[in-house]
Amino acid sequence: MTETIDRKTPAGEMVLSLRGISKSFGAVSALTDIDLDVHAGEVVALVGDNGAGKSTLVKTLAGVHQPTAGTITFRGQPVTMTDPSAALNLGIATVFQDLALCENLDVVANIFLGRELKPMQLDETAMEVRSWTLLNELSARIPSVRIPIASLSGGQRQTVAIARSLLLEPKLILLDEPTAALGVAQTAEVLNLIERVRDRGLGVIMISHNMEDVRAVADRIVVLRLGRNNGVFYPDATNQELVGAITGAVDNSVTRREERRHAEQQLSEGGQP
Amino acid sequence: MTGNLKDNALPAVMLDRSDERLKHEAGIGGAVRGFIDRVRSGDLGSLPVVVGLALIWTVFASLNPIFLSSNNLVNLLFDCSTVGVIALGIVCVLMVGEIDLSVGSISGFASAIVGTLWVNQGWPVALAILAAVAVGGLIGSLYALLYNRLGMPSFVATLSGLLAVLGMQLYILGSTGSINLPYGSAMVNFGQMLVMPHFLAHVLAAVPGVVMLATGIRTISRRREANLSAPSLGSIVLRAAVTTLVLEIIVLYLNQDRGIPWMFGLFVGLVMLMNYALTRTQWGRSMTAVGGNREAARRAGINVRRIYASAFVLCSMLAALGGVLSASRLASASQQAGTGDVNLNAIAAAVIGGTSLFGGRGNAYSALLGIIVIQSIANGLTLLDLSSSLRYMITGGVLAIAVIVDSLARRSRVSHGRA
Repeated sequence: MTETIDRKTPAGEMVLSLRGISKSFGAVSALTDIDLDVHAGEVVALVGDNGAGKSTLVKTLAGVHQPTAGTITFRGQPVTMTDPSAALNLGIATVFQDLALCENLDVVANIFLGRELKPMQLDETAMEVRSWTLLNELSARIPSVRIPIASLSGGQRQTVAIARSLLLEPKLILLDEPTAALGVAQTAEVLNLIERVRDRGLGVIMISHNMEDVRAVADRIVVLRLGRNNGVFYPDATNQELVGAITGAVDNSVTRREERRHAEQQLSEGGQP
Repeated sequence: MTGNLKDNALPAVMLDRSDERLKHEAGIGGAVRGFIDRVRSGDLGSLPVVVGLALIWTVFASLNPIFLSSNNLVNLLFDCSTVGVIALGIVCVLMVGEIDLSVGSISGFASAIVGTLWVNQGWPVALAILAAVAVGGLIGSLYALLYNRLGMPSFVATLSGLLAVLGMQLYILGSTGSINLPYGSAMVNFGQMLVMPHFLAHVLAAVPGVVMLATGIRTISRRREANLSAPSLGSIVLRAAVTTLVLEIIVLYLNQDRGIPWMFGLFVGLVMLMNYALTRTQWGRSMTAVGGNREAARRAGINVRRIYASAFVLCSMLAALGGVLSASRLASASQQAGTGDVNLNAIAAAVIGGTSLFGGRGNAYSALLGIIVIQSIANGLTLLDLSSSLRYMITGGVLAIAVIVDSLARRSRVSHGRA
């Protein structure tokens, strides 16, 4: 694992660097000694089994939890984040798995929720223009920003959630399972979106269970297992390697099938000539 | 849309009209078609209550022509103002998806405070009223504390408040049981007689139309500048003209008798203020967001506890103000004040007017429309010399219908993809 670290040059300056992050809830240590680096213009996928500590790590970065030990360096400065708004003000935006949108409000109101322009006399025109700019930068296909979120599809809602996270010009964006609830076309749409966010020079951390999605957009794949680092991979890693690192077992149904397929392939190749 | 593009060379595609999937209608016809579409998909707005009101008035007018006489309607407006102010507070708590069942008790307590401080203790009347409203605010902050810090459901907190506050009302009224407010004093005159000068009423009735026109024209120019689609000038002029015409006719008719009560003017002023706060300020946006999805609002950085507190405090203060107004209307502060159907009338008015019990949907005008419906029923049945037994049954039936319309419209909205 360590020998692969220097294989590719980082895309840009270091945005986020975690060293020795630990988090325990009472007697349970959810995270132990986690190291993680994210550069500008890079998508880092965070994968791991249930209970591996992915969500705890993201919540730590979002300021929801405070680490028990370790240092967080953000854009070269050591930082502590006491609450979600502190993370937001630093430039770390989070899109949670359940998106946290208000279905009864329209797209503009959701994008600007809590950050409305002119609090005593809302500037609807300026907010609408900014919303369109954000959505157009993401090449998003939302028919109208004046319709309530309830009438949008899952992919469109994800788009709105991502556009909202970009409002404050963050340097790092955390996506928790962005494709979990989506169909094929909508997943592709969101993956495109993630690439466009990266191309704007942001660092992206993405949690996913779907290895195909991870391989499609991630520049690096960081595996967590039982709250510890369990290897860094690149998209060309085989499924077997990834699953092995995630489950910690070399022998399981995925690897067995892989082996079978491999053996069959060799057999058929061997039978050809 | 063609109307917008005619006069100057705007870029071919406007920002919000670039998606070809979007249907857009232009001009007055478009506005009408848009309205029909909205109603069909369950976004009824104030339509059911307006239709219901027309129905109720037709029935009562045919049974007793006095109902629609300007004299009776002026009385109706006096009666609406007291509970209407309380209903306005209920709109606030319903917006965040909570409830206050103790508004009746608070209004009774407030009237008792004014009676005691002003008549018995000799305080200046303005100070006594301020004290009553402040006590209302205090009760509201207690509810907010119970809800935010101790996690007590507002239903239970305010239900216990209903009893406790009623107890306080009885306690400070003491053995006499009621305090008469002096006839001829400014406060009683305000609640019973004071009406606007006829000329002033006409001027004030023209204000909404002028404001509509001014903000409409400003919106159009700002949106065109920003390359967004804008409503046509014609539709705005039409709306402003119709609004002004309707209001002026109402004023003209009521001026044939005494005229518009100042108390009703105060109520409408509060409604308009609340409407502005709910629709055009960050606070109002936060209220709607908290009512729609509390967790989302919290994650968006909204101080959810403060929003809940503001809703409870505002509701209790308006309830106290409503109590003061009804004391001036009745010229007394008694043990009966705020008991009986005040509570439920206030809540029913907000719901009948179209504010959802489920939170996140509603507007300030629902208090105005709802209370007019409820008072019309009460007033009409009194004119027919029918007993209060029938009045309760009919009001209950109307409330049931209003809630049924609300839930059916909600279902339809879900299936049509409107929140």
